[in-house]
Amino acid sequence: MRQRHDHPARSLLALPAVLALLLLMLPLIALLIRVDWPHLWTHLGTADAGAAVRLSLRTTLTTVVLCAVLGTPLAWLLSRSSGPLLPWLRALVTVPLVLPPVVGGVALLMAWGREGVVGGPLSDWFGWTIPYSWVRVVLAETFVSIPFYVLAVEGAMRSLDRRYDDLAATLGASPLRTFRTVAVPLTLPGIAAGATLAWARALGEFGATITFAGSFPGRTQTAPLAVYQALEIDPDAATALSMVMLIVCVVVLALLRGRWWR
Amino acid sequence: MSALRTGTAVLTATTLAAGLSGCGDDDKPAGRTKVVTVLAAASLTEAFGDIKKKVEAEHSDVEVRVSFAASSTIVQQVNNHVDADIVALADEKAGKTLKPDAIKGAKPTLFATNQLMIATPADNPGKVADLASLQSGSIDTVLCAPQVPCGRAAKSVLDKGHVKPHVVSYEQDVKATLSKVRLGEADAAIVYVTDVAAAGKSVHGITIKPDQNVTTRLPVYSLNNDEATKAFLDALNSSAGRKVLTDRGFGTP
Repeated sequence: MRQRHDHPARSLLALPAVLALLLLMLPLIALLIRVDWPHLWTHLGTADAGAAVRLSLRTTLTTVVLCAVLGTPLAWLLSRSSGPLLPWLRALVTVPLVLPPVVGGVALLMAWGREGVVGGPLSDWFGWTIPYSWVRVVLAETFVSIPFYVLAVEGAMRSLDRRYDDLAATLGASPLRTFRTVAVPLTLPGIAAGATLAWARALGEFGATITFAGSFPGRTQTAPLAVYQALEIDPDAATALSMVMLIVCVVVLALLRGRWWR
Repeated sequence: MSALRTGTAVLTATTLAAGLSGCGDDDKPAGRTKVVTVLAAASLTEAFGDIKKKVEAEHSDVEVRVSFAASSTIVQQVNNHVDADIVALADEKAGKTLKPDAIKGAKPTLFATNQLMIATPADNPGKVADLASLQSGSIDTVLCAPQVPCGRAAKSVLDKGHVKPHVVSYEQDVKATLSKVRLGEADAAIVYVTDVAAAGKSVHGITIKPDQNVTTRLPVYSLNNDEATKAFLDALNSSAGRKVLTDRGFGTP
């Protein structure tokens, strides 16, 4: 009986579901079809792909480490605090999620630029400016990706039973020790999921990077920037590099899938 | 769940704000039934803004829509058959990359020339005096990307002067390049004379010696024969149109 009921509804839902899948897959398949496979290496050379991919990997991995070191404590404090300001604080953390990245880039310039709110005094008083180097790229990537990390980890930590905290406290553990030996180990899957999300977001970052860090091959030109620039000289080079990025993403997500995405 | 709620709240607020501020932006002025779509190089921003105003003042039924971008971006758009009636580029080489079928075989007309200049922040913190001073490693220079016309021109200027600057970024178009200097993010940029003029007091311009400078010639392509397109081309080629260009610092071919 049940199956007969289910069947028409299921096929009714199948159509939009398949369309959604097609919508997702078609551009990726098109990319694979259009790649000029025999000349792949030549095109990757044109796009300065090696330098761009290396820079992307270096900056995004640094970003993930920064997210973990700074974001984990923030997530813990958010998950264990209460009060009228908390929802506002949480909303503040969410802002870069919805902010257009280029606006983030402008904001970063206003803060850290040579005449920025913080960058200006640093430059005037100490003669120190944030150089146009991968440091700027990491700042931009961290700005856009740390919210993903914090939200994911905070969710995991909030769903962690508070009785563990209490138990640790009665056993004489300080809050710092509870964080280190209870919260972090028990929420490792959440931390890994957050790190993956943040990494993926950082890898795709474009707007804030080109605005705040500019585009210099080997120094600030990450893979997405290289794709954009290649598209203007040689679309085949852009396609080749896009394909490499697609493969990098798929491979990493596939490696992580079984472990953390359930 | 509350994170999700705040997320939704932020989203709603952003959408609302965007919706409110966007109101009326795209409203077509009543009676303007003929539209001419112009794709123009970023360096033409101010001049074509003036010409758009002239055309719309003289023709109550014509609406001019201009989109400014790097010439290489415009070429990509046109070759992918974006809607355009008039295409104006920053140099002839960019025009050679237009696919003949995409521009319906249209031939270019040269309508203006441009030259390069060094731009620094208004207070010239790097004390740039001439092209040769860019050679000092302490001056952060921004250039246009080598595949856009201003980047090509800057490269030949630097080659002529045998100067190797410390480049911190290659920007997508001339306006993006200039903005790095306006924001004080770089000590120098090589841009068009016309961009320095348009930036007014916010930047300081330093002339490049004639024997080191290059002249670029700007081509315009007409892809349509309708009235609105003709109205724009007539305005561009009229003596008043020439004056708009020369007032903005362009030369005549």
